[in-house]
Amino acid sequence: MEVQEVIKNLKSQIIEQLNLEEVKPENIDANAPLFGDGLGLDSIDALELIVLLEKNYGVKIKDPKEAKAIFASVQTMADYVVANSK
Amino acid sequence: MEAVMLLLFLKRYKLETSITSYCKIKNNTVVVNDKQYFKGTESDELSAFLGALYKQMDLSYPKFFKMDKLCKLGTLATELVIRNNIDLDNVPKNEIALVFSNNSSSLESDRNHANSISDKENYFPSPSVFVYTLPNIVIGEIAIKHKITGENAFFVSGKFDADLMHNYSSILLQNSAISTVICGWVNVDGNSSEAFVYCIKNLNFKQENNVFQKQHNLQQLYSL
Repeated sequence: MEVQEVIKNLKSQIIEQLNLEEVKPENIDANAPLFGDGLGLDSIDALELIVLLEKNYGVKIKDPKEAKAIFASVQTMADYVVANSK
Repeated sequence: MEAVMLLLFLKRYKLETSITSYCKIKNNTVVVNDKQYFKGTESDELSAFLGALYKQMDLSYPKFFKMDKLCKLGTLATELVIRNNIDLDNVPKNEIALVFSNNSSSLESDRNHANSISDKENYFPSPSVFVYTLPNIVIGEIAIKHKITGENAFFVSGKFDADLMHNYSSILLQNSAISTVICGWVNVDGNSSEAFVYCIKNLNFKQENNVFQKQHNLQQLYSL
């Protein structure tokens, strides 16, 4: 699985899963922060992202302490998926 | 005990209150203070209708799209009540109470959640669906949007209970720092939906600048 392909898929999946109806995939900067300034996601969205990775890629977050770094941006999510998917 | 005493007091010295604005949403039609504000296409599903109403109101609130139908309906109806209520901007947020009711609780989201966990082979409960499996979340969404910090209550009853709503609002107005109560009946169950949200104040509220001065009977207004 290529990182760029995962990034492309993740952008669409995040929009659909989190009901970001006013956001288009091309408006998401892969390196922009997902929480805080970027897409302005909240704690419930964070839980949805965990479910998204497990449901679509079979990837589980092994150590909760890693979550902040994994969900920093779409790029970091894609890197984690490529490194951990079977 | 205190509540019982207050109810007895209210029965003897009935507190006079005034509805200062109201919004009704039913059959894809929105009425605000006796005037039709918006009418959707009759064939519109509730989600499509609420999306069209959101655009008509020129709102910019991305969180709206994450809400379940009950919260969307309650949020839009309340927004119209607040927009059409002169003077509400000047009321401290801790003096505004939210008292809502319905008869289907959060059944729509409850069903969605149940469906999402029915297949043991594909078991992925959605946190953003689960979070709406309580009816009083609609009060939370409204309070967050308008930074309202006063009292709140949500009642589930078989039908709109005008006496309950009036008595509870009167107690708040009589016995607390509350000066304004936003009340509502917001119900979603399958294809059936209805919202009746209104703002109520003591009659000693200055009415000369009010856009909606009629002294409606609450049950009559609901049944219009």
